This record gives sequence, structure tokens and C-alpha cells, in this order.
Amino acid sequence: MTTGDLSTLLVWAAMTALTIALVAWTVDLARIADAATQASRRAVAARGRVGAPAVAVAAVPVGAPVTGGGSGGGSGGADAAGDDPDGFSLTTTTGSGLGRAGDDAPALGRSARAEGIARSTTWLGLVLLALGVVLRGVASGRWPTANMYEFTLVGSLVAVAVLAVVQRRRAVAFLGVLVLGIVVLALALGLLVFFVQADAVQPALDSYWLIIHVGVAISATGVFTVGFGAAVLQMLVDAREEGRSRTRLAAWRVTGPRFAWLAQVPSAQRLEALSFRLNAVGFVLWTFTLIGGAIWAEHAWGRYWGWDPKEVGTFVAWVVYAAYLHARTTRGWNGRRAAWFVVAGYAVVLANFTLVNLVVDGKHSYSGL
Amino acid sequence: MASPTRPYRPEGLDDAFTTGSDAPAPAASPPAPGPAGTPGEAPVALPQLGVAGWLRWGWRQLTSMRVALLLLMLLAVAAVPGTVWPQNAQDPARVQDYLADHPTAGPWLDRLGFFDVYSSVWFSAVYLLLTVSLVGCILPRSRVHLAALRGRPPRTPRRFDRFPAHGRALSDEAPRALVERAAAELRRPWPLLPLVRRHRVDVHDEGGGTWSVAAERGYLRETGNLVFHLALVGLLVCVATGQLLHYRGQVLVVEGRGFANAVVSYDSFEQGTAFRPESLVPFTLRLDEFTSRFDPDTLQSRYFRADVTLTEPGDEPRTHAIEVNRPLQAGGANVYLQGNGYAPDVTVRDATGAVAFAGPVPFLPQDEVYTSRGVVKVPEVATGEQIGIVGFLLPTAEEAAPDLWRSTDPQPEDPVLVLSVWSGNLGLDTGVPQNVYRLDTARMTQAVDADGRPVTLYVRPGETVELPGGLGTFTFEGLPRFAAFDLRHDPALAGVLAFALLAFGGLAVSLFAPRRRLWLRGAPGTGDAAGRTVVTAAGLARGDDLALGGEVGRLLRSVLADPARTPPAGTAARSTPPTDRAPRPGRARS
Ligand code: HEM
Repeated sequence: MTTGDLSTLLVWAAMTALTIALVAWTVDLARIADAATQASRRAVAARGRVGAPAVAVAAVPVGAPVTGGGSGGGSGGADAAGDDPDGFSLTTTTGSGLGRAGDDAPALGRSARAEGIARSTTWLGLVLLALGVVLRGVASGRWPTANMYEFTLVGSLVAVAVLAVVQRRRAVAFLGVLVLGIVVLALALGLLVFFVQADAVQPALDSYWLIIHVGVAISATGVFTVGFGAAVLQMLVDAREEGRSRTRLAAWRVTGPRFAWLAQVPSAQRLEALSFRLNAVGFVLWTFTLIGGAIWAEHAWGRYWGWDPKEVGTFVAWVVYAAYLHARTTRGWNGRRAAWFVVAGYAVVLANFTLVNLVVDGKHSYSGL
Repeated sequence: MASPTRPYRPEGLDDAFTTGSDAPAPAASPPAPGPAGTPGEAPVALPQLGVAGWLRWGWRQLTSMRVALLLLMLLAVAAVPGTVWPQNAQDPARVQDYLADHPTAGPWLDRLGFFDVYSSVWFSAVYLLLTVSLVGCILPRSRVHLAALRGRPPRTPRRFDRFPAHGRALSDEAPRALVERAAAELRRPWPLLPLVRRHRVDVHDEGGGTWSVAAERGYLRETGNLVFHLALVGLLVCVATGQLLHYRGQVLVVEGRGFANAVVSYDSFEQGTAFRPESLVPFTLRLDEFTSRFDPDTLQSRYFRADVTLTEPGDEPRTHAIEVNRPLQAGGANVYLQGNGYAPDVTVRDATGAVAFAGPVPFLPQDEVYTSRGVVKVPEVATGEQIGIVGFLLPTAEEAAPDLWRSTDPQPEDPVLVLSVWSGNLGLDTGVPQNVYRLDTARMTQAVDADGRPVTLYVRPGETVELPGGLGTFTFEGLPRFAAFDLRHDPALAGVLAFALLAFGGLAVSLFAPRRRLWLRGAPGTGDAAGRTVVTAAGLARGDDLALGGEVGRLLRSVLADPARTPPAGTAARSTPPTDRAPRPGRARS
């Protein structure tokens, strides 16, 4: 077996491990959702018994923790300081403080076993994938960021690494499901569709910028993936906290009992902070991608900017994420509305990777498909 | 205009840091309206807008956050069509194809600029408006920030409980000592920058035994933000300057030959409106040798190198190598290796035996194995009609089937020219510029054999063949290579790079440097706490600052940790950092 084949095998193994992690997170999420839904139904039933006016399911106290567990609402619980001779207390309403029960406490109804499996298989997948990437580099005798298959590997690696770090303290099952869902899909596509044999590259790609520019671009994509996950969750939680739902389908109303589990995740504010931090890191990396790409284009093609489709795609994504940063600080555009920019920006990043490589032809058509 | 005492904020900017901080606001509020008739005051107060009023209103709108956001979105949307439709700037041939395929929609799209998106009126309008908006919003902010750089931290607010992070503790020490200790802690320099203090700090005696300290840090954040935005403007200016002053020429050079840097030498030349061709540095460049390497299995290209001799005016000739990704600097321009191929060296003799044409003719590669296409045009024949010879060069020829030839390798292992011969009028005298790589056969006829089938010539290097119809002879002398060079001169390149890096640095600082205000107050306690000192602290940050709570906690604790009063065992547990208070579900695998 050649080194290249071994690398491929490791990637298959990593994908298997990550699929298990995905399933485990899904089980965890299902358990949490079940518990939350039941609790929410009980709460409705209890109200009915007391003879309160029949409350529509959608009007169940939204956003508040369903059972037990803390104060709920916006401002955090202060340190209980009764017997403290120094009377020490600290309250924070943003940042590291407590938003509400779901912020730091583990979700109610979670399956500790599923979470354990998810965590360990995520780390296992991470290690296997990292080995796969390294061997791929060894097999081709260069940095492994030269074609779509390799982009997929490295991008997934970064996304899973960021996910593992984000989940280290406070597991959010939804984030695990969403991000690993994207990653497993990407790896499957990579192995089944984008795969090419490990090989050296043509002269235009033979440059240290292959490491810097492409490596950073892919890392940014990985970081954006988790930032996107956090933004989606933020929008869901925010919609539920506000009691607004777009859909008319009762079962899919974000305010309905099916989404009662949203009370078990960190507050919209906390998720927004998480999403912002990730997207800010991603944006800085993306800015570097843009600059590095221009420098490389200057070396290789004799112009730093030529509105090549790939350049346009990168530019559009950059502008959308810049708009996101602005929206966050613009009155009337922050919160859930700003999060839509993350969705749009991530869509552009993905389209720039897939559509522009596969459909449009331009100077960047190196992907080897 | 923004007065220096009131921070300037673009319309629509949501910013708790500048809105919710100062308690003693009245001092900063505008002066009470003077008595009626105060000169210079009344006109401003009038409700009617007038032209100036509308202009001012328009300007305020344009420089508002909301409009900036809108323009950013528009810019993103407006850039997309350039990837959907072919662009004249990149691929004019595909635009022509598109126009041919879409006779109704095509002309409309053309009229609306969809084939020249990035120079279209609408695209330019969006980015010009955005630039104006950016300048209009950034200049006042810069002025205010410059003033703020010399300012002091805002006074300690009276109440702390509305701040996003606040804390309280009791101590047995005097307020002043506690506050001084906090001030010292806040002034502590950075570990790696011993001269730079962490915070700008003011200590206030508030009377009645109450002391407080106010501290601020992170002016760098706003500085970075302004640097970023200003650098974007600088970047645009540099790009525009480069557009005006640049030139770009393309030239194809055969091994052993060279060219001089003058407009006439180039196969194509393009320049900015402010560029003067006289300013071209007259260097000469000769291609000594061209080397290429290909993967033996996949035949993909692996390595290209052009060895050249550069002679700059008043200088000795020097040899250099130009590779892909490694341009050569010559006479203020960069010389890039953009393409390569073969230029068969041929000689055509006419019917009288006189040399009608001699020299290398570049054939353009059409595929990975360098199947190359070219034309030999022979206008100067002594007698008879003009001759046109078109066909292919196969670097490593193989007869796959009878009369079906193809190339199997990009390297010239067994080169063969496969040609057909035309005679008649080449059309060179029509005044219409001709493509040297195409034969205009409108007024020519193809040579055919006795059966009326087109004649095909197969010629190997060193061979001479008869041209059909007694037109003369054709000799394949040899197979030198050619290199295609792009020359580009852009004096603004260094500026573009500098501003891009500046923007990057500014961005990183503005996103990751925290901007914070911290306050701590020590006041004599009352009620339960009588006889002790009540220590309160609060923090405010711009944007998200996950460490803010921790900072407030740390400040409080640093004051309480009195070295004279070693904490009893219980205290250690009690004063665990509040940030770590959260259970770590990840670790506890229950
Ligand atoms: C009229 C035009 C503009 C205005 C009024 C404006 C205003 C602002 C303001 C006030 C901030 C600070 C937000 C904060 O303190 O958190 C900001 C941040 C920022 N701006 Fe602009 N800006 C403009 C144009 C642009 C343009 C054209 C870009 C780039 C395409 C851009 C990119 C950014 C970025 C990346 C940030 C950082 C956001 C952050 O700190 O969270 N801005 N802008």
C-alpha cells in the first residue's frame, strides 16, 4: 500500500469516527428535545388544570428554563454571598457572566453517555484526519492544499478542531449536529467526487503561497463553519425568546413545544458573542486570504486583481462579512438580523468553493476535476 | 459638527460604550438656549430646511451606518453578475460567443454593462458612493479620536448597577488605601512592554471619606478601526493611481532572439491614460533558452524556466532566469513568464527557387501535449500567387490510425508538421488588421491532389518537401521554443501593498484589542456594614468582551487580597475566580 492509499484509508476512518460522533450528538439532541417537549407539555397541562384560560401551545413561557435550574431571563444570577464575610458578589450581563440557566449548566435531559461518545469520537476523528492530511502531504511531496479533495480535508480538519474547542466547556448538541453534519457531508463528497491521486502540482501552483494563501483560506472556511452553526442556533433561540415564528406549520413553529429544547442552550446573546468571535477570527483570516491571493496573483499572473470569478467570490464573501460586522453595530440591524449576514456570507464562501470551481471557468480552475 | 466634548457617532450607530457611560452628563449637554435674538443662533433653529439643509440632511444620510450597510450589500450584489456572464476584460471571445447565442438578450445585457461589470456605471457608482460615505464618516471620527487620545477616563459614575459587569465586596481597610492599591494595579505595565501602562487611571477624592478610581484602556481599538478604514481609502487611491500610470505589454520571443522595450516591439500594448510611452526604459531582453519539464505519467507540466539576457541602458548584459511565480524586474517593470510553445523554423522557396520566407513561426499550443497550431504566410513570392500554409505541429507524433496523427508527449521527441497548403490572396492589403495565427481563406484555394482530395504534407526537421502545384519547396529547419512574456509596470504597487497590510493590521487590532472602562469605589459602610468599607466596582466594554466580568472580579480581588491579612483556608475557595465558577460539564463525564 502506498502512502497515498494509507492517507485515503485514514480519511475514511476519520469520516467513520465523525459519523459516529454525529449520530451521538443527534441522540443527545433528541433526548434533550424529548425531555424539553414533555416538560413543556406538562406545563401546559398543569395550567389547564388550574383553570387558567387555555393557552395555545405556542404561548408556553418561551425562553425560560422548563424545569428547575436557575433564574432564567436576561440578567444573571449573582453569587450567593450570604455567609461571605467579604460580601463578595459579581454580576455580569454580557460576556463571561451568566445569561440564564442554559448558559453554563449542562442541558437538561441530555444523555451523558451519548455526549461522552460524541466527544471521544470527535477527537479520534480529528487525529485520524490530521494523520490523513499529513500523509497526503508526504505522498504528494508538497503541502496538501492543491485540489478540491485536499481543500475538503483541511477545511473539515479545521472545522472539527474549532468545534472540539468550542464544545470543550459547554456542550451544545445542536452545534455538534450541524457542524459535524456539514463536515461528514463534505468528507463524503471529497472522497467520492473530488478525489484525485496525490501528485505534484503544475508550475503556477509551485509557490510558498500555496501554503499561506490557500491554507489560510481553508482555515477561514473551517472557522466560518462553526461560526455559521452558532449563528443559526442564535437565530432560533432569539426567535423563540421573542416568541416570533415565521412558519404557519404548527409542528415547525420555533415557539412550539418541539423547539422547547432551545431553552437548554445558551442565550441568544451568548451565542451571538460566540458567533461573532468565530466570525471575526474568520474574517481576519479571510482578509489575509484576499491580500495573500492578490500578492500571489501579482507574482504568478502579473496582476494583483483581475476580477477572476474566484477573486470576485472571495471579494463578495468579504464584503458580506464586513456588512455583518457593521450590522452588529447598527441600530435596528443587530441580533437576529445581523445573523442573516452570517448565513449569506457562509453561503457565498461555500459557493465560491464549489460552484466557482466546478461550473464557472477562470484562472483558478486548478482543482483537477 | 461634533463638538469635542461629545463623541462623534455616525447616524444609526448603536454603541453602548459611548451612550451609556457618563453619569454626570449635564456638564456636557448643550448650553441652554440664549435669549431670543442672540445673533447667529436663530437661523439654525428655524424649521425650514432650505438647500443647505437638504444637503446637510443628504450628507448625514450618506455617512450614516445604515447607508454604509446598504451600500456594502449593494456592492456584494453588484459584483456577482461578473461571474455569471463572460467579461470583455477577461475573455472577449466568450462574450462574442454569448452575443451570437443570445441574439435578443445579449444586446440588452451589453447595453446595461453586464459584460463590463467592473467598469460599468452602476458598479462604479456603488463603490464611489461607498468611498465618499467612508471618508465622510471616518474623518470626523478620526478628529474626535485624536482629541480623545489626550483625554482622561470618564469620571466614576454614581451608580454601578446598570453596568454590564459590576461587583461588590467588604473590606476592613480605609477607602483611600484600597483605591490607591486598585490604581496601582490598573497602572501596572504590560509584561512585555514595561513602559506601557495597561490603563489610563484617575483617582478621585469624592468627599465624605469616599474615594474612587476610574480607568480606561484600549484606545488602540478605535485607532485600529480608523486605521483600517483610512487604509481602505488609501488602497483605493493607490489602485486608481496605478490604473492611470501603468502599462502592460505582451510579447512572444523565440529562443535566440530578443526584443527592445518600446511600444512597437510588443504584440499587444495597453497603458493608463497618464502614462507617457517616452518614459519606457529602453532595455533589451533576449531569450537564450527555454526549459520545460513534464510529469512522465500524467504529462502535466511541472516546471518552466526561461533563461534570458537582460541589457539595461548603460549596463553590462546580465543573465537571469524567469520562472512562473518568479518574475524578473527590468527597467521598472516586472517581466512574467506567461506561456510557451514551439516556433518551427521554416524556409519557403518559391517556384523560381528564391527564398520567399525564412524564420521561426510560433505555433500556439492547443492542449496538454502541445499539439500546436500555426500559419506560415508567404506574401513575397517572385511569381504566381501568395502562399498560405496552415497546420499543426505534433511534438511527438504518432500515427494512431492511417492518416490520423496525434501527439503523445509535449516534449519534441519526434516532431512532425502536418500541413495543408493554400494559394491565392492572403488579404494582407485590405487594411484590416489580421490575426497572425489565422489564415483568411476567403480569397484562397486549397491545394488538392489528382483525385481532388486536399493535400497534406508531413514534414520532419531537416526535411524539404515539394509544395503541391509547383508552388515551390518547404523546409523544416529546426524547432526552437518560444516564451510568452507579460511586462507590467505599476508604480503604485508598493502603495497598494502597504495600505493592504495596514488595513489588515488595523482590522486585527480593532477586532481583538479590548476597549474597557473600569471603576472602583471605596465608601464607608452603613447599616450592616457599618465600620467597614464597601468596595464596589464596575466595568464597561465596547463590543463583546467576554473577559469583562473576569476583569472586574480580578480588580476587586486584587484590592481585597491584603498581604497583611493572609486569607484563612476558607477564603481560597470563596475567592475562586468567578469566571471559573461555571461547572465544566465537558470534564465531568458523569
Ligand atoms: C460610510 C461608510 C462606513 C461607516 C460609517 C463605517 C463605520 C464603522 C464603524 C462606526 C465601525 C465601528 C464599529 C464598532 O465600534 O464596533 C466600523 C467597523 C468596521 N468597519 Fe466600517 N464603516 C464604513 C465603511 C466600511 C467599509 C467600506 C468597510 C469594508 C468593506 C468597513 C469595514 C469595517 C469593519 C471590518 C469593521 C470592524 C467591525 C467591528 O469592529 O466589529 N467599513 N465601521
